[in-house]
Amino acid sequence: MAKEAVLESVYEKEELLTGCQAVSHAVRLADVDVIAAYPIRPYTEVMDYISKLIADGKFDAEYIVADSEHSQFEIVKHAASVGARAFAGSSGTGWMYGFEAIVVTATDRLPVVAMVGNRALDDPGAFGVEHNDALSVRDLGWLLVWAATAQEALDTTLIAYRVAEDPKVAMPCAVALDGAFLTHSQHMVKVPTVQAAKRFLPPYNLGSRRLHPDNPISIAPQVNEDWLMEIRRQNFEATKRAKGIIYQAYKEFNEVFKTNYEQPFFEEYMTEDAEAVLLGLGTISMPAKSAVRRLREKGKKVGFVRLRWFRPFPTEELRSCLSRFKGIGVVDRDLSYGSPDLGGVVFNEVRSCLYPLEEHPRVVNFIAGLGGREISIDDAVMMYEQSLRATKEPSDARVTWVGVRE
Amino acid sequence: MSFIPEEQIKKKLFKGVHDVPGEELYTSGHRTCQGCESALVMRQFVKAAGPRTVATGSTGCMYVANTSYMTTPWVVPWMHTQLGAGGSSAVGMAAGLRAMMRKGKITNEKINVISFCGDIGGGDMGLSGISGALQTDYDLLIILYDNESAANTDIQATGLTTWGAQTTFTPTGTKHRVMQKRWKKNVAAMLAVGHPTVKYVATACATFPPLDFMNKVTKALETGGPTFIHSLDPCPKGWDYHPRYSHEVGELAIKSGIFPLYEIANGVVTYNYDARKNRIPVKEYLLNQGRFAHFTNAETDFVQSMVDEMWEEWELPGILPVKSSLKVST
Ligand SMILES: Cc1ncc(C[n+]2csc(CCOP(=O)(O)OP(=O)(O)O)c2C)c(N)n1
Ligand code: SF4
Ligand SMILES: [Mg+2]
Repeated sequence: MAKEAVLESVYEKEELLTGCQAVSHAVRLADVDVIAAYPIRPYTEVMDYISKLIADGKFDAEYIVADSEHSQFEIVKHAASVGARAFAGSSGTGWMYGFEAIVVTATDRLPVVAMVGNRALDDPGAFGVEHNDALSVRDLGWLLVWAATAQEALDTTLIAYRVAEDPKVAMPCAVALDGAFLTHSQHMVKVPTVQAAKRFLPPYNLGSRRLHPDNPISIAPQVNEDWLMEIRRQNFEATKRAKGIIYQAYKEFNEVFKTNYEQPFFEEYMTEDAEAVLLGLGTISMPAKSAVRRLREKGKKVGFVRLRWFRPFPTEELRSCLSRFKGIGVVDRDLSYGSPDLGGVVFNEVRSCLYPLEEHPRVVNFIAGLGGREISIDDAVMMYEQSLRATKEPSDARVTWVGVRE
Repeated sequence: MSFIPEEQIKKKLFKGVHDVPGEELYTSGHRTCQGCESALVMRQFVKAAGPRTVATGSTGCMYVANTSYMTTPWVVPWMHTQLGAGGSSAVGMAAGLRAMMRKGKITNEKINVISFCGDIGGGDMGLSGISGALQTDYDLLIILYDNESAANTDIQATGLTTWGAQTTFTPTGTKHRVMQKRWKKNVAAMLAVGHPTVKYVATACATFPPLDFMNKVTKALETGGPTFIHSLDPCPKGWDYHPRYSHEVGELAIKSGIFPLYEIANGVVTYNYDARKNRIPVKEYLLNQGRFAHFTNAETDFVQSMVDEMWEEWELPGILPVKSSLKVST
C-alpha cells in the first residue's frame, strides 16, 4: 500500500482527561524544552502529570523544580531568551510571587506560555477559583485567554505557542483555567498526534534576538527617557498585531484538526434572537448554558456569550455582537475595589467597549462565585431574569453580589 | 557531573600576565566610576571565560552604569536580569542550552553560562535563587560582585556591608554613631557548606593577589557543575576614598584579614592569603575610607576583635564560625 494512500489521523486517541492533564499533553506535543515548576493548588496537577510523562520517557525536556515562583518565571524567561521553548504556570498568590519575572517576560518580548489555574488571592486562604490572579497581567503585554473545557485547554495551549511565538507578536501568553471546575474536572479529550501538532506549530525561532555566542547581542540595557517610549510603542504594536495572528492561528488549527472555532475571541450560545445575554469567562458557561435552555423552554429570549481572549480584547467584534441585545449581564468572578460603579473588571471593560455606540444596551454586573463558590443554574436563572428586567427598568441595581450572606 | 583531574585544570591557569589574552570582551561603552573595581571584575571574568560565553547581570551598578542603550560594553551576549534572579537566570540559560543541544536543535558545544549579581541582589534578595541554582547539575558560574552597598541606588547598607559603615541608610548621628549594626554575611561559606554537591566555591579580589580572580573563574568553569565566586570590590564612591587607591584598598582588605580569601575545591579548603599569621591591623584598611571616618577607637577595636576571633578561634577561619569541635554526648 502506498504511503500516500494511508489517511493519517490527526488524533492519537480520545481519553478522559482533566484540564491540567490536557494542558500537559499540549506541552508535550509542543516539544517544550524547559519547564519550571513550583507547587501551588490548583495548577499543580499540570506539573505532576508532566513530570510523570518525563519520568516515563514519553517526553523529553529539562524539568526544574524551582525554589520559588520568582525563580520559576525567571528560569523560563531566560530559557526562552536562549531560544528554548518554555512552559511554567501558577495559581493565586504563587502567580503574584512570580510577578516581577512575569512582568519582564513581556517587556523582554519572550514568548513563554504559562498556565494559570485560577485561584483566589490570599488572605484569607481559599483554594477556589477567582480571576484576579490572571487578570493582574491585563495591562502588561501578556496575551490572556480562558478555556472552558479540557479539549479547549489542550487546543488553546497549542494555539498560545503559535500566537506568542509568531515573530509579529513575540509576547508571552497566559492560558487560564478555572481552578477545580476545569483544572480538576474530567472531559473526553481528543489528543493530537505528534505529527499533526508539528504540522500546526512551527519550531520556535527567536531569530536575531537569540542569546548565543554566535549572536552576541545585549538584551535590555538601560534606556531611560531617551528610548523607553519608542520601545513601549513597539511592544504595544505587537499586542495589536496579535489579534490578526490569533485569527490566522485558529484558521490554521481548524484546517489541521478539522475543528470549528469560528470566532476565536468569544463563543455565542443561542444568541440569535436574544434580548438579554449573560457574558462571562471560563466555566461560568456551564450553569449559564443550562439556564439558557431552561429559560428558552419558557419562551424567554436569552443567550450566552463566553469571552475567550481578554487580551487582546476583541473590541470591534464584541461591540458589534453585543449591540444586538437590549440587556447584558456581565458575570465577574473577580473584584475591582473602588472601581467605576464598584463593578468587576470584565464589567467595566465591556462597558467601555460599548461606549462609542449611539444606543447602549443596558449593562448590569454580577459579582459571583468568589473563592470557588459554585454558581448554580438557579443563580444563573436569577441573573438572566434580572438582566431581562434591567432592559425595562433602568433603575435596577447596576452591580449585584450573587448569593452573598449579608 | 564528572570529576575533572586537578592537573587538567592547572594546565589552563594563567601563570603570568603574558598568558592573559589581549582581546577585550568587556570594552568601552560603560560609564562606571573611575577606580570601579566591579568593572574590573567584569573585564576579568569574561577574559578568563572567553568568547563562547553567555552572561546575565542583575540590576545594580553593573547594569545601570554598565550598559546604556546602544553603548553596550559587552562583546559576549549579555542580558539584564532582575535584582534577585542571579541564580535563576543562569539556570534558565543553562537548561535552555542543554535541552536544545540534546534535542539537536543547536550545535552541541561547551558554552559558559555566567551570571553576576551585586551584594544586595545576590547576597540578600537572591539567596534563595542562588541556592536553587547550586542544587542543580547545570554547568554555570554565579559571581557575586560585592561593593558592600546597594551602590546603584546611591549607597545603601546591605547584608554584606562592613559593620559600622556609613551609608545613606545608615548615617552616623549624635545619638547613634553606628547605624549599620549587622555583621557582614558569610555568603560564599554559607553556600559552600549548605550545598555539598557543589564542587567549587571561592572568594576573590580582582587585584590581589594578581591573577588570583581570573584563575578562580577558570577553575570554576573547568570544574563544572554549579559554581560560585564572591569578589570583594572596592568602590570609591560608596567607600569614600580617592579612586587612585582602589587596588590598594582591596589588598588591605585581604591582608588585614577582614575579607578572608579562600577556595573550596572538591571539598578541600585552601586559603589563598593566610591571614592567620601575617595580619596587618584592620585600622589600616578602615581608616583609609570615609565611610569609617566616624569611627573612634571603640569601633575599630570592636572590628579588630571580631576579625581576630575569626582567624584565631573559628574552626575554619572565614568559613565555619564554630569554636569547639562537636562532642558526642555519652
Ligand atoms: C525588585 C527590586 N527592588 C529594588 C530595586 C532597586 N534597585 C536597583 S539597583 C539596586 C541596588 C543593587 O545593589 P547591589 O545588588 O549590591 O548592586 P550594586 O548596585 O551595588 O552594583 C536596587 C535596590 C530593583 N531594581 N528591583
Ligand atoms: S558606585 Fe561603586 S560600584 Fe558603582 S560604578 Fe561607581 S565605583 Fe563602581
Ligand atoms: Mg552592591
